[in-house]
Amino acid sequence: MEYFLQQLINGLTLGAIYGLIAIGYTMVYGIIGMINFAHGEIYMIGAFVAVIAFIVLGLAGITWAPAAIALVLLLSMAFTAVYGWTVERFAYRPLRGAPRLAPLISAIGMSILLQNYVQLLQGARVKPIPPVVQGGFTIIERADGFAVNISYLQILIILTTVALMAGFTALINGTPLGRAQRACEQDKKMAGLLGVDVDRTISLTFVMGAALAAVAGVMVTMYYGVIDFFIGFLAGVKAFTAAVLGGIGSLPGAMLGGLAIGLIEAFWSGYFSIEYKDVAAFSILVLVLIFRPTGLLGRPEIEKV
Amino acid sequence: MTAATLNAGASRSVLPAALKEAAIAAVVALALTLPFVGLRTVDSPQGLTVVTRFGEVAIAVALVFIGRLGLVLVREGYAAAVLGASIAAAVVFWLAPFPTPPLRVIALGGAGVIAIRAALKLRDMRGGAAGQQARDNRADRFAAKVQELTRWLGPLVVLFAVALPFMPFAGRSVIDIGILLLTYIMLGWGLNIIVGYAGLLDLGYVAFYAVGAYSYALLAQYFGWSFWACLPLAGVLAAMAGLMLGFPVLRLRGDYFAIVTLGFGEIIRIVLLNWYDFTGGPNGISGIPRPDFFGIADFTRNPAEGKVAFHEMFGLEFDPLQRIIFLYYLILVLALAVNFFTLRIRKLPIGRAWEALREDEIACTALGIDRTRIKLAAFSISAMWGGFAGAFFATRQGFISPESFTFLESAIILAIVVLGGMGSQVGVVVATLIVIGLPEAFRELSEYRMLAFGMGMVLIMVWRPSGLLAHREPTVLLHGGRDARRKRAAAEARA
Repeated sequence: MEYFLQQLINGLTLGAIYGLIAIGYTMVYGIIGMINFAHGEIYMIGAFVAVIAFIVLGLAGITWAPAAIALVLLLSMAFTAVYGWTVERFAYRPLRGAPRLAPLISAIGMSILLQNYVQLLQGARVKPIPPVVQGGFTIIERADGFAVNISYLQILIILTTVALMAGFTALINGTPLGRAQRACEQDKKMAGLLGVDVDRTISLTFVMGAALAAVAGVMVTMYYGVIDFFIGFLAGVKAFTAAVLGGIGSLPGAMLGGLAIGLIEAFWSGYFSIEYKDVAAFSILVLVLIFRPTGLLGRPEIEKV
Repeated sequence: MTAATLNAGASRSVLPAALKEAAIAAVVALALTLPFVGLRTVDSPQGLTVVTRFGEVAIAVALVFIGRLGLVLVREGYAAAVLGASIAAAVVFWLAPFPTPPLRVIALGGAGVIAIRAALKLRDMRGGAAGQQARDNRADRFAAKVQELTRWLGPLVVLFAVALPFMPFAGRSVIDIGILLLTYIMLGWGLNIIVGYAGLLDLGYVAFYAVGAYSYALLAQYFGWSFWACLPLAGVLAAMAGLMLGFPVLRLRGDYFAIVTLGFGEIIRIVLLNWYDFTGGPNGISGIPRPDFFGIADFTRNPAEGKVAFHEMFGLEFDPLQRIIFLYYLILVLALAVNFFTLRIRKLPIGRAWEALREDEIACTALGIDRTRIKLAAFSISAMWGGFAGAFFATRQGFISPESFTFLESAIILAIVVLGGMGSQVGVVVATLIVIGLPEAFRELSEYRMLAFGMGMVLIMVWRPSGLLAHREPTVLLHGGRDARRKRAAAEARA
């Protein structure tokens, strides 16, 4: 029971991170119908900006944790958002209206490009940083010494995710930009005719997705304390699985899918074998796509001639 | 609004607007390069620390500013001036000192691209109507011409490939590179069946390559079977794997299909990595037997009991190169078999059904084509060739491990097919020479290899989404054959 509770906490933390990345996939898929394969790499870039920012802030003498974390979050979101914008502008915008697979191939190229760009400039070694937030609560302590812990960092991650989700939902539902996004999702040509700047809306979608992925990157950097240039691939596939599981195109679905994937992974590693935890994620992806391609909360897509 | 009207209406205010656009590009470049180029994380005794490289950032931002300005001016019709300036800039960049060689390459490349854009614009302005469409048509005509040329060139290239081991310059390294290139050409041709003809994006092709390689390695390790017994088995097993994986996923739409194949590829790799008792896990399998001469003779100096040595059988001097040359011919025959098979099957009903499915799935279903069965055939045939290539890979390396079968390998094979032009057999050869051959030729630049590779994939997709030499010649024509079409094309060109 205690062990179960501990895995539940770990799984929720992991799921929050996957959910943040999954939103980027789901929004882009909703609006232009392509799998942004490079999104995992955007998350990796967010994590690298976080590492660099932590070191620079440390050198500058800002070591008070709340200020440091807030600054790192802002810096990482800003710089990563520029990457998101640039990727869209160069690799996807020229391919609007091209056959469906062309942007996917371009995205795979972009993913390889970004991975090697970071590897060349920052080196292939893993990047460790000292822990930023330490300590936590002990919820239950069993007689034999096994304690269920929730660290301050896990609370921070879950709270940040909840806050971002709330803000984001408000943005999509209540602002002109959100309205423009929903319009483009339904019919780009019609939205354009009615005065919505379609290109700008799509660009901003990528910017927002990249900023959320950057938050996930910062969280992972603090949570694990070590990153390398290759983390984007696996996290990207898992977050995409989360987006598909929740129903691609649906924002609450992405969050739900993220939590589900996080929990499945935590319980799988806790009760079965840690080596095969990635197989679990991939198998879910395959099974969901085969048996319920619309996901948990998605609408069925009608094939048109 | 077109560039011409802009130019006529507001030629005075072009420069400030251009400067503004260039400045925005420079700010973006600053944001992109500042954390990654400007601040490099390095290990130090006290943990991670950063080293600054702000000089490179400044140069990069300046280059982006100049480059964007040049491109805007080309668009606004000052192509001649920009052409001159970019050529001058290229000369300056050639001579000027740069802090790192990559920056020089970027600067020269940028100047070259702008010069080409300016030259194209000049040509378009002289030639009247132009633009993307015209460029596409030009590239199409070029691809068609290349395809017609292969009719003559193909046999010559094959003859050259056959004669290669006996050329005076062919040492061990040349033949090794030849084997490498042919392996990728074979994989490219194998994948072309599913990607190019059936139009399904398979991101996990390397899984079948792995199945083939491990089939041979495991059969040889546990049962001591020879290469010649295992080669067909490896193909059959890979085809079975294709059937098993393909059956559930082939109903899926294009991009979902791609992601599921990626998932399968990774699952197979992770299982190979973790099934320690059976596959050796990350250590892989070593000591895989080398092939002998069709089971008749061995390529060793002192063959085992009851076997004949190859050099004794043919009365030659012993030379370790003999086995390499034999491997070279083996992969050459395998690759040509794939090519021959593909060219033939295209003309059969099943091959035509593949192409029809690629063009319009719904229309095909309406015409009574069983799309799952047809796709399954493409998937398993393609997998079979991958399995053959895998068995060859295992016997050539003598050692395999899951490291060789990562997603990147799938991406490389896919890039070969896509860059060459999906469905083009010549394209695969040309693309392999570019993707595999060029990095072999420039070994010292190998760290930039994957970077350039990713960039090439993006650029080619943006420039020509159907691939370099993509030219889909319909296998059947309704109104007349080749001559009628040529006449029509000539008439169009005159008009």
